[in-house]
Amino acid sequence: MLEPVLKVEGLVKRFGGLVATDNLNLDIREGEVHAVIGPNGAGKTTMISQLIGELRPDAGSIRFLGQDITHLPVHARSHLGIARSFQITSIFLNFTTLENIMLAVQAHDGHSFRFWKDARSDPRLREPAMAALEQVGLAHRAETVASVLSHGEHRQLEIAMALATRPKLLLLDEPMAGMGPEDSARMVTLLRQIKGSITMLLIEHDMDAVFALADRITVLVYGRGIATGEPDEIRRNEQVRQAYLGDEA
Amino acid sequence: MSSLLRLKSPITTIAGSILLVLLGLVPVFAMLLDDPFMLTLFTRIVIMAIAAVSLNLILGYGGMVSFGHAAYIGVGGYAIGILAHHGITEAWIQWPVALIGSALVALLIGLLSLRTKGIFFIMLTLALAQLVYYLGNGAYAYGGDDGLTILQRTDFGGLLDLNDKETLYYLCWVLLVIVLWLTYRVVNSRFGMVLQGAKSNDRRMATLGFPVFRYRLTAFVISGTICGLAGILTATYTDFISPAMMHWTRSGDLIVMVVLGGMGSLFGPLFGAVTFLMLEEILSSWTEYWKIVFGPILLLVVLFARGGIDGAMVRGAAGYALTGLITLFLIYVVHYLWYDDWIPAAVVLAGAAAAILAIWYRQRREAVAIASAGGDHA
Ligand SMILES: Nc1ncnc2c1ncn2[C@@H]1O[C@H](COP(=O)(O)OP(=O)(O)OP(=O)(O)O)[C@@H](O)[C@H]1O
Ligand SMILES: [Mg+2]
Repeated sequence: MLEPVLKVEGLVKRFGGLVATDNLNLDIREGEVHAVIGPNGAGKTTMISQLIGELRPDAGSIRFLGQDITHLPVHARSHLGIARSFQITSIFLNFTTLENIMLAVQAHDGHSFRFWKDARSDPRLREPAMAALEQVGLAHRAETVASVLSHGEHRQLEIAMALATRPKLLLLDEPMAGMGPEDSARMVTLLRQIKGSITMLLIEHDMDAVFALADRITVLVYGRGIATGEPDEIRRNEQVRQAYLGDEA
Repeated sequence: MSSLLRLKSPITTIAGSILLVLLGLVPVFAMLLDDPFMLTLFTRIVIMAIAAVSLNLILGYGGMVSFGHAAYIGVGGYAIGILAHHGITEAWIQWPVALIGSALVALLIGLLSLRTKGIFFIMLTLALAQLVYYLGNGAYAYGGDDGLTILQRTDFGGLLDLNDKETLYYLCWVLLVIVLWLTYRVVNSRFGMVLQGAKSNDRRMATLGFPVFRYRLTAFVISGTICGLAGILTATYTDFISPAMMHWTRSGDLIVMVVLGGMGSLFGPLFGAVTFLMLEEILSSWTEYWKIVFGPILLLVVLFARGGIDGAMVRGAAGYALTGLITLFLIYVVHYLWYDDWIPAAVVLAGAAAAILAIWYRQRREAVAIASAGGDHA
């Protein structure tokens, strides 16, 4: 079998006495949508923060495309091809929608020690950024200052920025958080479109979305992965039903 | 509405350009009024404007509250003073040494302080600048805390004669214009985008792939170098260096100028420096206790006119802001005619109070209007 895109082994993260990530092992295969589900406080965001490099694990290793990235800084991981969308929208509020994406494009278009040419009129930034906005359906808001966008639009922008860095692996932390059913459906459609071309790790509480999108699912409880498998297996898994899915499934 | 990052609105650009032209005409005014002191005052204003513009680059655009910018004025100034003391007056040696010296000190202070944020960053830049200050204090060979008189000004060969007051003034003015132009280019370049992005959300910047620290450090060094230029000019026009030029209160003044004028606006620090130094000049000639008057005025501006003078213009209170600036010039003339009189003092205070009340009243009306329109100010 091919080596997985992302291989997490024995990952541990403690906050004082609390073990937020407890000896976690995880394989993410090329092209799959791998959902990670678990109750609030299970350690999902903590896991993503370690994968992206914001948090330093206490033990364990993370390999991406065969390279050990456990100690790489955040920006370097981005250049290897890992992108993240935040659970709580994290955008540049005083930039326009287009400028938000242009920054993402700029980050991956060589270094930025360029002091003279006007950046906003640079087609090398504008054109890919506009394309990314069209992809998520935000093109009509291109010139709007991001702070006045609606919540749903913020979430779209959040994803569009991650996509604009052309990642190989996309870490999505609850992309549908706080969305109404309509916006959620649109997000599922969008993720379905990019499915296959970008490997995704999807954290989501919306089970309909998870079962609609995921190729495999890992269940996280108290920082431990208690099961990994295809959606059907997970649905049938007794332990998972008890620990998490309850009567829902 | 388009981005806030552009030259915020045409009115600011127009007002800024007018102010620059007026500053360019100061030697003519001074000649007409036969007032050599005017030229001295405005030389100082133009030089401090350069320093304020340099601080604005990192404070206004980069969100880095450096509370130690006077250190670079000191380094630039001391480089000139010390070299002159040893008989080296050639510009092609003095200026590069002073600029590179400022850059190196900025690099060092930046390396040590930029890993921290918020209040820690402020305190660290302050502490490190104080270190430089005490170095100057302890430099007994160069006058210690008494300072050192520069006996011979920088020698530009046949190119420029800095002993001529007007030549020196125009040199400062041209450098101010160049520095503004450079800042304009830099903040709108890719580098400028990174700087402003990191101010807005540095966590996201890292996730997008920017090694933020390197860009911040670079901006910090550029800013320190330009501020060093202001130091060179300060030493030149006063023929004097002393630790006082890098006292922490000087750093505070620079912050006030930037905040007063409008952070992150190209011309903001220019408005701020002119207003600050003219008010200081006028108020301090009326009363010894001018700071008691000056402090509250600044406080009111910061509290009620968010975004400083520039912000007031952008929000449509252009009339008030322009009136304020024009009033300031008028007061200066009045001040010139009736030196040491209390009447102008009363006028300026009443005027300032009226302008601020007017701005405040108008803002409230606007706020009410926006609220009743549903809060959509897109
Ligand atoms: N910086 C921190 N310091 C201390 N404790 C933390 C920190 N970050 C997270 N925790 C704790 O670690 C546990 C896991 O938190 P985490 O945010 O990873 O959960 P989650 O699975 O993302 O939850 P949710 O579904 O609510 O987003 C929680 O108990 C949380 O309180
Ligand atoms: Mg979470």
